[in-house]
Amino acid sequence: MTDLSFDREAERLLLEATTSRSRRVKDRLASVWMVGSVVVAVVPLAIVVAYVVAKGASALSVDWFTKDLPAVTRKAGGGMGPAIVGTLLITAGAALMAIPLGVLGAVYLHEYGGRGRLAGLIRFMADVMTGVPSIVMGLFIYTVFTLRFGLMGFGGSLALACLMLPIIIRSTEEMLRLVPDELRQGSYALGNRQWRTVVTVVLPAAFGGIVSGVMLAIARAAGETAPLVFVIGAAARSLNTDLFSGNMTALSVQIFSNAQTPFAAAQTRAWGAALTLIAIVFLFTILARVVSARVARRHNA
Amino acid sequence: MSTDTTATVPTEAPAAEAPPAPPAKVVFDVQDLDVYYGAFRAVRDVSLQVHQHEITAFIGPSGCGKSTVLRCFDRMNDLIEGARVEGRILYHGVDLYDPRVDPVEVRKRIGMVFQKPNPFPKSIYDNIAFGPRLAGMKDDLDDRVEKALRQAALWDEVKDRLKKSAMGLSGGQQQRLCIARAIAVQPEVVLMDEPCSALDPIATARIEDLMQEIKSEYTILIVTHNMQQAARVSDRTAFFTTEVNPESDTRTGLLVEYDSTDKIFSAPSDERTENYVTGRFG
Repeated sequence: MTDLSFDREAERLLLEATTSRSRRVKDRLASVWMVGSVVVAVVPLAIVVAYVVAKGASALSVDWFTKDLPAVTRKAGGGMGPAIVGTLLITAGAALMAIPLGVLGAVYLHEYGGRGRLAGLIRFMADVMTGVPSIVMGLFIYTVFTLRFGLMGFGGSLALACLMLPIIIRSTEEMLRLVPDELRQGSYALGNRQWRTVVTVVLPAAFGGIVSGVMLAIARAAGETAPLVFVIGAAARSLNTDLFSGNMTALSVQIFSNAQTPFAAAQTRAWGAALTLIAIVFLFTILARVVSARVARRHNA
Repeated sequence: MSTDTTATVPTEAPAAEAPPAPPAKVVFDVQDLDVYYGAFRAVRDVSLQVHQHEITAFIGPSGCGKSTVLRCFDRMNDLIEGARVEGRILYHGVDLYDPRVDPVEVRKRIGMVFQKPNPFPKSIYDNIAFGPRLAGMKDDLDDRVEKALRQAALWDEVKDRLKKSAMGLSGGQQQRLCIARAIAVQPEVVLMDEPCSALDPIATARIEDLMQEIKSEYTILIVTHNMQQAARVSDRTAFFTTEVNPESDTRTGLLVEYDSTDKIFSAPSDERTENYVTGRFG
């Protein structure tokens, strides 16, 4: 005998989630809270970008990208070419040093050092280094490098590399941690040596995440002003593509020096430089996304 | 660990314990194997011989050390910190744990398939070609890949999507891919650590058929939880169990009985084996 009679109590329990007033209120409150948090986080970003575009767009022109810096900053005219090239070169130099060192360091920490004492010490130092104010990095490079070899773009690259290194090490290590151990085991079981397992299995599997961490570090470094002001010399007005001799300048330094003046033309120039810098970082981020998405598609699609 | 012992290793199975089948060549001769993790003895007193072109099954309850023993055959336990082996595993008379033996060379000859399918996040083709490329087998790579996939009964399902990622395959296909990957370098031995435990019955049946297909070319050792599987596929069966160490309340695995599969399942000589295979224990 089956009893198919309708059970009010069962209905009440089963439908409570959608019928109970207090549940609906809680659900609504939680949703509002989360959406509100997103809005609060995004609004300042949008305002900053909009403000920089509004203030800086008028400075942009063909001359802006091609001409040297003006001799007299209080009048309009001249361009930002040397600073754009300087930012690109100095950051590229820093990336060329910091990326291989940082990735290899992370490979050591996660694949070889493990829980050893040396690995623990390096991990601790990297964490401390992340917290060192950027101006201290600049002073450090100033005392150990610039005082001996003079002002040059390469000093800036060194200072930025010091800033990027700990970020790359820690983010890459996190990504290596996400690579399942089964993949390493599978590789060893085929008679693959450890270094080759890292090169052929572990790093390709973590590639997308490593690129994200590296981009974060580059974006952080490209915007840095403090470590550059002592070591590259802000006086450069003309184009210098040699990282290893002569003064250089960078967008961030130009923003700093122009924004400090009371002249409208210089302040517009500072806004223009800020817009250019944001655009450069934005472009590189998109480029990195495209590259890592393409690699990921090749591996996982 | 001297090598003069190699002379005493019989190349034919001793007549005394030979099954009715004609005596096959001995690939592995395990002598008094103990495995330790640090000070803890995980498995003790394993002695058995593995014969060429046979399927040897390791069965027993959880924690009896059957996987641990299997992982000694390709020195995968070396990767676990503190793992250590006493006794010997002679592979064609050579002690695998001789300090001069390179574990990487061991693993090139002795392939392994894991419990959970672990394809690399690469294309199907690159997964299979991985081992041959390592071994420097650069020519006829396409043929090697096709042969391995055909042997693993996967070719027809993937031949049009070799460049697609292996991650898109089903669990059963992934496991056959891992078998194909292991046999693409033509190892002499394939170790399988519960290869079907994550698969449905149809996929399991395919893997079992596949084992029968390839056993004429390879020697297979399989660890399984599934007694019926051992009875279906294997020529010889080793039954392991655990014993509790009263003073430390830890468990050590040991080999109870090793014989032809028919004998283990129909007329075991040890009571513990009989209890297990008849379902009264475990």
